[in-house]
Amino acid sequence: MNRDSNKHTYLFAAIMVITIAFVLSFTSESLKELKADNIKKEKMQNILSAVGINVSRDESEELYTQYIIEELSLTNNGDIDNAVSAFNINLALEIKKDINTQRFPLYVANVDNNKYYIIPLRGNGLWNAIWGYMALKEDINTIKGVSFGHQAETAGLGAEITQDWFTNSFVDEKILNDNGDFVGVYVTKTNNDPENTDKNDNEVDAISGATITGDGVSDMIKERLEKYLPYFNNITNE
Amino acid sequence: MSKDKEKLFSKQNRALLTDPLDDNNPITVQVLGICSALAITVKLEPAVVMTLSVIFVMGSSNMIISILRNIIPNRIRIIVQLVVIASLVAIVDQFLKAYAYDVSKQLSIFIGLIITNCIVMGRLEAFAIGNGVWKSFLDGVGNALGYGWILIVVAFIRELFGSGELFGIPVIPQFIYDLGYTDNGLMLLSPMALIVVGVYIWIQRYFNRKLIEKD
Repeated sequence: MNRDSNKHTYLFAAIMVITIAFVLSFTSESLKELKADNIKKEKMQNILSAVGINVSRDESEELYTQYIIEELSLTNNGDIDNAVSAFNINLALEIKKDINTQRFPLYVANVDNNKYYIIPLRGNGLWNAIWGYMALKEDINTIKGVSFGHQAETAGLGAEITQDWFTNSFVDEKILNDNGDFVGVYVTKTNNDPENTDKNDNEVDAISGATITGDGVSDMIKERLEKYLPYFNNITNE
Repeated sequence: MSKDKEKLFSKQNRALLTDPLDDNNPITVQVLGICSALAITVKLEPAVVMTLSVIFVMGSSNMIISILRNIIPNRIRIIVQLVVIASLVAIVDQFLKAYAYDVSKQLSIFIGLIITNCIVMGRLEAFAIGNGVWKSFLDGVGNALGYGWILIVVAFIRELFGSGELFGIPVIPQFIYDLGYTDNGLMLLSPMALIVVGVYIWIQRYFNRKLIEKD
């Protein structure tokens, strides 16, 4: 056998590639359910953390079914589309669709007889995607809590948006201004309120060195929440 | 190859396993695989998982290449080595995602980057391609242990002084904090890993004089 002949080289390469392809796809397929389960439970964990319930991943499924009473898919007009399962909406793909075919997932939680609306967020930070969940109280104005995540923000600067000291500053902030118009919450450095005592100014204090990530958070909140206004108008007018 | 049957753990074979721990350490002597050593040594848990993953990848890839060493076509041998490493790493990554999801998130891209860890391919090309299966396995595991040993030492120091914890459990008693001690946040940043490795190299050379260059 001449192992440096062309024939041997091609044969070796072909057998190697087929074997590897088989082994890898077998591993991937046989672990598929476990991986999907982890991702599902993590999502439940994140949704619950927006209403201030911090659970381990193993408990998340049980508590999720206990606290989340409704999963709604909303259309652009604020109607509910029952054909689409809200939990299975992949927001990263969904926001690229045309506005009229997009469905906006909304989770309704009931914690100790208080009703909360949990809105999934997704936008752009400095380097890559940022996302999160925002829970609104029943007045659809006051923020109960938020949780953020990011793909690749700068460690120690933009990546700090996931930390409690940043997310806690959103608690009790309002998304409507004094006239009752929707404005969102701005992450800003010029709010003259670094202690964040004024909960009606629609502003939270930004992180130094993370201006673009902070702007991304502001834009994300405004852009996403706007889409839910028709639905919220429908239910408040009823 | 000699016809004499060599014992499984002959002196020579033991050296394959122990040399990389000190005299021929991949990180502190050969200075390979530094980047992952800086990134994942903030806490002990990811460092231990990374060590186990690298032991698995290096032991198996060295064995596979050694088994195939007489039929791998010379012209594509680097490609073959890379494919073997990449597949093993992909398998490790899948298993971590399924069974150790939190750790796999902490390690993030660094599991994938085992593929480019110079130690792995270095050992395949330098050792496994020309040696028997058992010896190659020992060499792979030995080098992975040498790499992991440094990771664990650095992670131990950084987690202890940086966050006052080991494996996420607080170990520094409260009264020390009450006396005015604070955790050193600098330890959590990557540059401190480099400094800790540097200090390790210094201490190692103090005790192991043959590592010191002559001129």
